[in-house]
Amino acid sequence: MTIYLLKRLLIGIATLIVASLVVFLMLEVVPGDPARLMLGMNTSDAQVDLLREQMGLNQPLILRYLDWIRGLLRLDFGKSYTYSVPVIDLIRERLVVSFPLAVISLTLSTLIAIPVGLFAAARRGKAGDTAAMAVAQVGVAMPNFWFALLLVYVFAVWLRLVPAGGFPGWGNGIWPALKALILPALALALPQAAILARVTRAALIEVLNEDYIRTARAKGMPMRAVLWRHALRNAMIPVLTIMGLQFAFLLAGTIIIENVFYLPGLGRLVFQAIIQRDLIVVESVVMLLVAAVVLVNLIVDLSYALVDPRLRARQ
Amino acid sequence: MNEATPHSEGFGEFVGRAFGNRSFVIGLVIALVVAAMAAISFFWTPFDVTRLVVADRMQPPSAEHWFGTDHFGRDVLSMIMIGARNSIAVALVAVVIGMGIGVPLGCWAAARGGWVDEALMRFNDLVFAFPALLSAIMITAVFGPSAINAIIAIGIFNIPVFARVARAGALSIWPREYILAARAAGKNKSRITVEHILPNIANLLLVQGTIQFALGILAEAALSYVGLGTQPPMPSWGRMLFDAQTLMMVSPWLALFPGCAILITVLGLNLLGDGISDIFDPRSRRRP
Repeated sequence: MTIYLLKRLLIGIATLIVASLVVFLMLEVVPGDPARLMLGMNTSDAQVDLLREQMGLNQPLILRYLDWIRGLLRLDFGKSYTYSVPVIDLIRERLVVSFPLAVISLTLSTLIAIPVGLFAAARRGKAGDTAAMAVAQVGVAMPNFWFALLLVYVFAVWLRLVPAGGFPGWGNGIWPALKALILPALALALPQAAILARVTRAALIEVLNEDYIRTARAKGMPMRAVLWRHALRNAMIPVLTIMGLQFAFLLAGTIIIENVFYLPGLGRLVFQAIIQRDLIVVESVVMLLVAAVVLVNLIVDLSYALVDPRLRARQ
Repeated sequence: MNEATPHSEGFGEFVGRAFGNRSFVIGLVIALVVAAMAAISFFWTPFDVTRLVVADRMQPPSAEHWFGTDHFGRDVLSMIMIGARNSIAVALVAVVIGMGIGVPLGCWAAARGGWVDEALMRFNDLVFAFPALLSAIMITAVFGPSAINAIIAIGIFNIPVFARVARAGALSIWPREYILAARAAGKNKSRITVEHILPNIANLLLVQGTIQFALGILAEAALSYVGLGTQPPMPSWGRMLFDAQTLMMVSPWLALFPGCAILITVLGLNLLGDGISDIFDPRSRRRP
């Protein structure tokens, strides 16, 4: 088990290193000089060159890469070209939107998917199962940004229950902030819940064919207890795997969804930075997101051991 | 002869079974309708979408304009037909890129084993750790927003998916007796892969191909929605939704129809994939 986790940890670190190389090199080939971009088009070449020197842009590639990595490790990401503030400050102020959004979406999607999966698996082949899976099938095919638009139309334009976009900040009380996040969270969560419900159902059906389930049923254990106590626990491995994979989709989804709702989150920050060629912001946020994905997948690997004692025992 | 094995089944029976599968039939019909819409749009659309008729702008659905008109007076149905062409082209080429590179890599890993296999699979894990859409946004932003760059961005992330499926499929075929027989007959690994492995994993690849095709359509729509995919004035479903967003208060149908087009197309492809996998999976036949 320890060896297994160590191996996963090493793969995670390798992923981060390769990711950093890819991100760094990709943005290296972007047309446009960041120094000129900062100063505007009407400055002299000498001024631009001075700034290039100050920013360290005239150093060899490898030194700049190492500098960048050294900065990343100390959470010193450098200064944004367009905002002229440290990137870490930008990230911090955007994270208070994106992080709660991701947590609410993940919670919503799990709270919807697992009961639906249990419901469908318990009624396999019956009307309830067919109906639930038909809805899930539609949910899988739903583009999340279109679903977001429909939610805005119904709940913001028509019923006027929540704002159509924007974020009031946490300073004005928790309720208005939550109200601004609920539609984006739903838009992100429901299509993911549809996938997760299908996986949960399939995993449960697989487990329900096992002998120990028949034994539990034969000794008179009610179906509900069998499902929750035996089946769900044993079906958790594939469910957790998909949840880990979905986290990456969730992060990417926030870029699109934050644009739909004009939320000042990380996704919108990185998107605007790409458009404005603010490379240092793009690099930092992308690395942060990849690190988050790697971390979540490590947690998923760890949690396998928590759900499955057999994995813990294995050396 | 044992009738339960797939090999003993005649072609007629196989076709009969395929058309008895509800997912397959519904999925196939939807896919054919969308493909037909795209094909027809090459030489005929109800209205010319390059002509802007200001007098006709933002009309609700009517007998003349079935899906209404947009803020330039363009017919929404005609735009959706041309958009179908775009979505299909982008997603299809992305699948071809993914298959063309991923399948040989996966087959190679399975045939070679050892460090080649290990290295390729670790590389796969690595690509999976990248949020695909984020990277696609980066690629299209760095190399300029265009349909071609969207295809490349989506295609790159199809490669590990097909590599993984091909490898898993091939690994399950290699220990079979007829492969042993082929090796005994002196065929080398690449010839066995082409003659025996590929035909036997074709169904798996077909199923994965439909799934990736559907995902490609979703990704293209998302990229076009944020302005990094197909560029105006070329109509695309994602771009139409972006334009519709600001006009939603006055003309909600503008957001309704392109979204339905994406939903129905993706739904159809997913059903088709489910259907194909049911038809080929002998286990599912025992199911009542």
